[in-house]
Amino acid sequence: MRYLSHTPKDIETMLQAVGVRDLDGLFSTIPDDCKRLDTLNIPELTEWELNDHMAGLAGQMVSSADYKMFAGAGSYQHYIPEVTRYLLSRSEFVTAYTPYQPEMSQGTLQGIFEYQTLVCRLLGMDVANASLYDGAMAVAEALLMAIRIGRRKNTVAVSSLVNPYYRKVVETYFAPTEFNIEWLPYREDGTTDLSGLGQIKDLAGVAVQSPNFFGCIEELAEAGKAIHDQDAIFITSFSEPLAYGLLKAPGDLDADIVCGEGQSLGIPQSFGGPGVGIFAAKQKYVRNLPGRLVGQTVDADGQRGFVLTLSTREQHIRREKATSNICSNQSLCAMAAGMYMAALGGTGFRELAALNHDKAEYLKSALQAAGLEIPFTSATFNEFVVKFPEGFDRQWQDLLQKKILAGIPMVCYYPELANHYLLCVTETRSKNDMDALVKEVQS
Amino acid sequence: MIDSVGTRGLILNEPFLWERGGKGRTGYSLPRRDVPSVPLPDHLAGDGPDFPDLSEVEVVRHYTRLSTWNYGVDSGMYPLGSCTMKYNPKTNDRQASLTGFSGAHPLVPSELCQGALQLIYDLEHHLAHVAGLDAVSVQPSAGAQGELAGMLIFSAYHRDQGKPRSKILIPDTAHGTNPASAALCGYKAVPVETGPDGVLLPETVEALMDDDTAGIMVTNPNTLGLFETHIQAIADIIHAKDGLVYADGANMNAVMGVVDFGRAGVDVLHINLHKTFSTPHGGGGPGSGPVCVCKRLEPFLPVPRVVKTGESYALSEDFPKSIGKLHAFYGNFGIMVRAYSYMLSMGPKLKDVSQHAVLNANYIKEKLKDVYHLPFDVPCMHECVFTDKFLEAHKITTLDVAKRLIDYGFHPPTIYFPLVVHGAIMIEPTESESLENIDQFIATMRQIAQEAKENPSLLTEAPRNPKVRRMDETQAARKPCLRG
Repeated sequence: MRYLSHTPKDIETMLQAVGVRDLDGLFSTIPDDCKRLDTLNIPELTEWELNDHMAGLAGQMVSSADYKMFAGAGSYQHYIPEVTRYLLSRSEFVTAYTPYQPEMSQGTLQGIFEYQTLVCRLLGMDVANASLYDGAMAVAEALLMAIRIGRRKNTVAVSSLVNPYYRKVVETYFAPTEFNIEWLPYREDGTTDLSGLGQIKDLAGVAVQSPNFFGCIEELAEAGKAIHDQDAIFITSFSEPLAYGLLKAPGDLDADIVCGEGQSLGIPQSFGGPGVGIFAAKQKYVRNLPGRLVGQTVDADGQRGFVLTLSTREQHIRREKATSNICSNQSLCAMAAGMYMAALGGTGFRELAALNHDKAEYLKSALQAAGLEIPFTSATFNEFVVKFPEGFDRQWQDLLQKKILAGIPMVCYYPELANHYLLCVTETRSKNDMDALVKEVQS
Repeated sequence: MIDSVGTRGLILNEPFLWERGGKGRTGYSLPRRDVPSVPLPDHLAGDGPDFPDLSEVEVVRHYTRLSTWNYGVDSGMYPLGSCTMKYNPKTNDRQASLTGFSGAHPLVPSELCQGALQLIYDLEHHLAHVAGLDAVSVQPSAGAQGELAGMLIFSAYHRDQGKPRSKILIPDTAHGTNPASAALCGYKAVPVETGPDGVLLPETVEALMDDDTAGIMVTNPNTLGLFETHIQAIADIIHAKDGLVYADGANMNAVMGVVDFGRAGVDVLHINLHKTFSTPHGGGGPGSGPVCVCKRLEPFLPVPRVVKTGESYALSEDFPKSIGKLHAFYGNFGIMVRAYSYMLSMGPKLKDVSQHAVLNANYIKEKLKDVYHLPFDVPCMHECVFTDKFLEAHKITTLDVAKRLIDYGFHPPTIYFPLVVHGAIMIEPTESESLENIDQFIATMRQIAQEAKENPSLLTEAPRNPKVRRMDETQAARKPCLRG
């Protein structure tokens, strides 16, 4: 086997040194009744056979490469520049462990420090951590952090327009706790209704998402006031960070915690993972942050360098009193996000965001002109909800045959939204793609 | 003087991204604009992020230089105990980047993603088989989330029985993630002291186990590199009080094809695909922490689950007792592809992997125990734990040994863990290292022990060869500078 180096002679030499007769003898401390009775029954393929087998599996997948996808809902098709892919394959980054030995890990450490910095600049926040698993877990961690900050307050409120999958994960994290979750309804215009906040007792934090699951941009300035009026932590999440190339940064609107999914930033969709959980907060909450942080310092000669820091918050030091149980995060994906933001630059990022917005606006107008209803009137970024006529589900299936995925049906998340679909347009959809879709769906 | 892998070399400086570039440059080929521009409402529009503008060449130089300051498994031996820094096969990355996988949207109808569903289904079955348990969910994103899944399953099981419990037994050798994961589920961690031979004793567990204790979290092999020989008796004690046994499988690399965790009495086990199953660590993730369970706990696994009907695969949420979702979609799928690819490349030879990993650790243990103090002189599994006791006389600590190893071109072992051993040096060579590499590592460790006596400043002033020397961690924590 090409991954193993030992020859029979090597094994013989080593067994002799150890004083054991054969390889099985190495396992003499394991009681017989814990041992396997069978041998491993897993097929063994050559590299060539493996390529064939995997090509077979991958061939049964619909990929963004050959379908016209108008689907987002938390996973976005953006063009990944070759330079990001290429640099990310540097094995010094890929095959390194967590940078516990900083002298041998300055590449990862400076790269993550830069990622933290660019995230802060994008979201207008003071501090960002080195990443969490995904957007869903980031929202759950933000709500738990709000409860830590709020001390005796045991309730959080979450907008029903936070991505439904994120809300499911929040429920999982909260299930064994004694904390309560209140779900906030949405208004007719497609934004969160915060009017009931005053009735919620012991409110530690409130989470909204912008752009929200309907694609609508929340009025974060108003939301922040309403939430801070209740003396609660203002959490705003996202699944599409590219929007902040155009929108006001949530930090400038007084958000306490900003978190979400960073897959859009140069990370392949890869059937939903790995992506990267982005997490940022105001400076005053830094010691409550979950997850790893990279900090700048100096070495024994006074040279600039980086280390993992403030680790007294973390599980390996604080154990059961840690701010989170997270250990490994999504470091390489955070590097990818950093490389992507670096490649685009401020100018490129803004132009790309504008292009996403404008293309979505083009399709929205064209669909409206074709007689379809856009039920939620709030401004959107690159996703929006369309109400199709009764029976559209059959046509939606037919369009799949034509290699068009005409959005994500909303009825499975919001039973009241039958015939509503969430459509997404990124820079990867051309005007021709959109015109073809409009032609298909106009009555 | 020994031959050293480490040597001097030209190391290039590199400023921050924002210390480079010039406004108006870009490293990105912007798609052609084929639609008109539409302004956002004024009150929503911001100014755009304050990122530096760099050309593609600048971006490439920047990250290439940064990468040369790093050390990976591809650079050399990385004997970081409990982390299983084995070789990451290159074909795995190729498979994960196949367009069918990397370009797949997670919410397409199941008939359009059969390949991914089959891969998840088969991977879960292979993992269950290796573990000796009945069912698996690959949804947890890393080991700690696998542990959390396990604890949520404990909690859900006892609630389902109508008898929620408030405590959990955790040995003093456990990774910090164990108590942290248990705490997230509201459990109070009750520490269990390790016996004099480095393994848990049934009587200690018996004295602590009661009707309000959900069960025990055991790392097996434990973090001293020893197999918990009394695991079955301990499981019997726990089960007699209707508790559950959790095994942290972080150290699974020692026992593939050897141990049957089901027979050993384990109810829940998590596996780290980024350790045992060769997926790269990426400088700290992404990983994947599948959770494996026995039959009676299967209803509690996270949803959605991949189910097979005839020859077709689908995602099902129809498990009313499930603990719910842990990830927005199905977990770190790209990592699953890599692990699956590794399993199929190895087949039954996964047992050889464990045999070689254990052989290497025992060989190192025998060859170093006269110069480094070995607190438990018994056959070890995949890692061996020494201490700095023999070096104390020369005022040399574990940290000094670790830093000196860097000068010689090796990544240091895990240090100061497990906490139960003072000044621990925890060496896990993995199966990937050849005899020559291991001999060179041993010679280097022996040389360092010699230097500690004869020229201790070589150790206390180490490292000298890498780009930076010892870092001021106190300043980093006292005056945090977390962004530029």
